[in-house]
Amino acid sequence: MLMYKLWATILKDLQILTRDKVGLVFMFVMPIILAIVITATQNSTFELVNKNKVPLLLCNRDNGESGKQLVSAIEKVGMFEVKKVMADQTEKQLSDRMHEKDALIAIIIPPDFSARLEARAKATASKALNNLGLQTDSIKMSSDSLQPINLLYHPVLQQSFRQSIQGALRSALQIVQTKQVLKSLYFDLNEKEIPDTLEAEIVNNQVGINETPISRDGSKTIPNATQHNIPAWTIFAMFFVVISLGSSVVREKLSGSFIRLKTLPTNYLLALLSKQITYLFVTLLQAAVIFAIGSWLFPSLGLPKLNLPADLLGLFIVSFMCGWCAVSFAICIGVFAQTQEQANGIGAVSIVMLAAIGGLLVPAFAMPQSFQHIIKLSPLHWCLEAYYGLFLEGGKLQDILLNILPLLGITVLIQLIALYGLKRKNLI
Amino acid sequence: MSNAAVSIQNLEFKYRGQSANCFNKLNLDITEGESFGLFGPNGAGKTTLMNCMTGLLSYQQGNIKLFGKEVKTNRKSINRFFGFVPQDFSFYQELSPLENLSFFGAWSGMNKPAIKSKSDELLQVLGLTDVRNKPVQKFSGGMKRRVNLAIGVIHDPRILFLDEPTVGVDVHTRQAIISYLKTLNEKGTTLVYTSHQLSEAEDLCKKIALIDDGKILVHDSLDQLLLDHKEEGLEGLFINLTGKMYRDADV
Repeated sequence: MLMYKLWATILKDLQILTRDKVGLVFMFVMPIILAIVITATQNSTFELVNKNKVPLLLCNRDNGESGKQLVSAIEKVGMFEVKKVMADQTEKQLSDRMHEKDALIAIIIPPDFSARLEARAKATASKALNNLGLQTDSIKMSSDSLQPINLLYHPVLQQSFRQSIQGALRSALQIVQTKQVLKSLYFDLNEKEIPDTLEAEIVNNQVGINETPISRDGSKTIPNATQHNIPAWTIFAMFFVVISLGSSVVREKLSGSFIRLKTLPTNYLLALLSKQITYLFVTLLQAAVIFAIGSWLFPSLGLPKLNLPADLLGLFIVSFMCGWCAVSFAICIGVFAQTQEQANGIGAVSIVMLAAIGGLLVPAFAMPQSFQHIIKLSPLHWCLEAYYGLFLEGGKLQDILLNILPLLGITVLIQLIALYGLKRKNLI
Repeated sequence: MSNAAVSIQNLEFKYRGQSANCFNKLNLDITEGESFGLFGPNGAGKTTLMNCMTGLLSYQQGNIKLFGKEVKTNRKSINRFFGFVPQDFSFYQELSPLENLSFFGAWSGMNKPAIKSKSDELLQVLGLTDVRNKPVQKFSGGMKRRVNLAIGVIHDPRILFLDEPTVGVDVHTRQAIISYLKTLNEKGTTLVYTSHQLSEAEDLCKKIALIDDGKILVHDSLDQLLLDHKEEGLEGLFINLTGKMYRDADV
């Protein structure tokens, strides 16, 4: 009989849920749109840095060899779409073109760049030879300092992006400067020009850098925007059941139906159990839909594909735990809220706050030191860590147990608080 | 009393935070099979007394027995005996009458075949068969009242508590509800009924009690009360015993 009552209650909850069109939009459509938009945005940022070229106006006012070499070095960086402009263009004209979004950056090479760089290189080479006792002539060090390269940037460029541009430019400058010093040294020692092949060999003989993401399963899949975003927004979606479930608990509490339920020979805890089962199913369905979209729809939208973890059982258990915690939280909000408006407002704001604290909006490692302990209070943090353990680190269930256990602890605590609230309000 | 459906002795109750008791040593007996009307002005204590009888409110002193079982200590077992039709619509507006009956039937302890059979009967009797699968939120007030009543009697209760079951309905619905309640009573269901519709009470109730300020003023058959107080109708008796002053409930 108890099972029949439970089944009838689940059926009732499902019937009410499927007729709540706004609630369904909140639970399924919104997170999917959010996942697509955020992933597309982040992906384009990745591509801007990694694949797309940043438009750059290059005004070379220098007629010397080093100026040309610098232009060539900048072109070879591969990060910029170089648009050369006439040397007589003023800074004002360049900035006007940048305001028209013709380019986000402009570089002005000063007129005497080559002459000063060559003088400086000769002085450096002579000083080096003198220190080695290979040159006896007194050296007059060039007292001229090198005029800086002028970099103009559009204010929309974020600091981190400007820093990476500066790094690329410094690298190009370093090549030109090194070439000049090398030329001077070679000439002073051999009294002839350095052969091009040797120069190229010396300058270009750099140690390469291999990037390898660490993973538990030994796979070398490079994480992309989808791998980062889909788990985070899946958790967000799961916790947003608070809008539907929290309201449902309040509505039942405030409506006459609750009075009737209290006069029937069945404990209200059965209604709460039914809501947990129904909405846990909803959260698992949300996760399945979002993962499926990441795996199958994203590639056709030009977004990176979501690679599902090898440990599918682990993925199910993490999703189950996240869903259960989200449902418990929503019920707790519903028990304590006095009105539907309260449940919706408190529920939505608290989820955004817990998401921010938990590292869903800003990576946890980027948060201030004082936040590092508070992070651990957010259930969303443990959900995210568990998902990242599977999606990004290639881990298995045993690798993420230390993330699941705190999540279980928080869930049980939330359940106890909800039960206390029900008891205190004489609802059970 | 062996045939008492409800037996209330020395009942004392007060709401949390209130200094004065709602009831002071209140006594009342309702015989099994009776059609009993509880009347009084606004704030007299009718709904509070009904909520105490159904276990929705927990009283501080005295006792209330339903068919010999103490309400306070036998909450879940006495819940099987009675049906309750609250004044507010007490069902899920998103669901259809049939879905509501199926859910509340299950919570009343009925099995699926019994629910189906009883639902068909109730929907037929209360004129809801044609709208059995439509969401209740689109219904008129009268239709919602009939759904409210159907849910209260789905499990064939021995005693049915009705808190103003005909408030805000048209004459056709009122007659249909009263007619159905009479049929139930004839079949042996005890009715405990409150209403401000005194004319319908004269038609339905064999015994009445007038309550005011938490006290039972009179309790007898309607004929006897009219005779004793030399009144021609319940309304005159009501005014005679409770006065003509406004009775607004405590806010």
